[in-house]
Amino acid sequence: MPASPSPSPSPSSSPARPPVPAADLTKPDPRWQIRIRGLNKTFGPQHVLRGLDLDIERGKINIIIGGSGQGKSVLMKHLMGLLKPDSGNIYVDGLDIVPLADVEMAKLRRKFGMVFQYAALFDSQNVVENIAFPLIERYKLSRDEIMARVRELLKRLDLDHVDGIEQKFPAELSGGQRKRVGLARALIDRPEILLYDEPTTGLDPVATKNVDEMILRTSHDFGVTSVVISHDMASTFRIGDRVSMLYEGKILVTGPAQDVLRAPDAPVREFVEMAGLTVPPLGVSA
Amino acid sequence: MNEASSVPVPRGRLAVVGGVLALPIRGFFGYLGDHSMMLWKALLWLFRRPFRPRLFLEQMEFIGVGSLPIILLVGFFSGAVSAQQTVRALKLFGQERFVGATVGLSLALELAPVFTALMITARAGSGMATELGSMRITEQIDALSTFAVNPVQYLVTPRIVASVVMLPIMTMVFNAIGLIGAYIYAVIIAGVDVGSFIEHFRYLTDPSDYLQGAIKAAVFGGSLSLAACYQGYNVRGGAKEVGLATTRAVVAGSVSVLVLDFFVGDALGTFFPFQS
Repeated sequence: MPASPSPSPSPSSSPARPPVPAADLTKPDPRWQIRIRGLNKTFGPQHVLRGLDLDIERGKINIIIGGSGQGKSVLMKHLMGLLKPDSGNIYVDGLDIVPLADVEMAKLRRKFGMVFQYAALFDSQNVVENIAFPLIERYKLSRDEIMARVRELLKRLDLDHVDGIEQKFPAELSGGQRKRVGLARALIDRPEILLYDEPTTGLDPVATKNVDEMILRTSHDFGVTSVVISHDMASTFRIGDRVSMLYEGKILVTGPAQDVLRAPDAPVREFVEMAGLTVPPLGVSA
Repeated sequence: MNEASSVPVPRGRLAVVGGVLALPIRGFFGYLGDHSMMLWKALLWLFRRPFRPRLFLEQMEFIGVGSLPIILLVGFFSGAVSAQQTVRALKLFGQERFVGATVGLSLALELAPVFTALMITARAGSGMATELGSMRITEQIDALSTFAVNPVQYLVTPRIVASVVMLPIMTMVFNAIGLIGAYIYAVIIAGVDVGSFIEHFRYLTDPSDYLQGAIKAAVFGGSLSLAACYQGYNVRGGAKEVGLATTRAVVAGSVSVLVLDFFVGDALGTFFPFQS
């Protein structure tokens, strides 16, 4: 992967990455919003991340693929600062978040929104309370201001036409509605970076396509940097601007989606062939 | 590598036995240490902003008001049964008139705090463990962290504080309803003289007896809620593990109540010596 902006990046394997001087990483980069270098994480005898390097492109949909148990969710938790690495650095707009104390990390998390695999909505709160949660916790806004922002998001995510949606509890929502409410909660504080943890897991093909469109539309409409953890190859190549494959604790290959699709590495070929892929990219729905 | 170094050194029988014996001891102190750490964090977060009084009130409502029917039912029959057995025993000596004082004292010092704690462990403690366990496995606790909300402050601190506050109140309710049960059995059914019942109760029970019961109840509230929160908060896995955590929370909460009853009762005895 190139260290600085290049017009046509090609997929590259981690070992071939030219080293980037540490000084360059500590400055905000116009192209790369998150830059990870030499990330190591072990859980007891299990070495999950093994010197992982990865760059996340600003304003694009960055997808990280990999099989089960390869460390995708562990990587995601490192990005949010929910886990600390044994060694390595994570630069967000040039700021290394690894040494940050809890209070500083809490402030930095305002840049992030996270959409969990099964939405992780709070069971005891209704839709409005769930979506408004980050605003209530972080700011002293009036009820009217909060409701205005919640209703705007419900409209933009096509949830406003669901009867009585505001007062419904998570248990009363369908899987797709839960994902949208989860996305609304992640978007309410206008984050710069949105993390999606396996957003299409457990969904039927129609719902999967809807979630794909939701991610695409959110990326375009809100101009956020999206990081999607997935093992759904079809979705990946429908919506991904940039795809990275996590394999045995390292990024095996990374680059534009169509280039990764043609990468010669055996694990990538296996993933692509098992998915039977020749998937045309989706357009953004009007 | 030196060949000799790769040969395992045979362990003596004593070392093996020692190792086996040390395991549960290490486990016990580890368990105690983990609980202490959670309690310490919960107390630290109690004094840090934001305070979120609504969460405390919600938990008080769940632990207190929600437990009221079961406390009233169990309290009434505990008092009545206690009076039934006491009347039977005192009749042997012709001293049934002391039934009000005897039941009042045993309720105040022992029955009310212990039974209240056991009832709340079964109802609210299991509920806390299940709720936190479900929140853990559905990533709701992780979601709190992503919004820069400390999960211990948001989930554990209000439950512990609410239990410590509500247990003494519920214990007093248990005392009151227990006395009513005792009165109904002793005076109306067993025919004990109403004046003797009330007068001996008033003469032999003291506000300090109720204070001791309230202190015990507060300690029990802390221990049962800590056990429940610890088990629920640390669930790993799925629905089966949530069920197991709930079982462990009820067992640990009940055992801690009965064990602490002895030690707290002993300690309180030095501050409140029995006066005849």
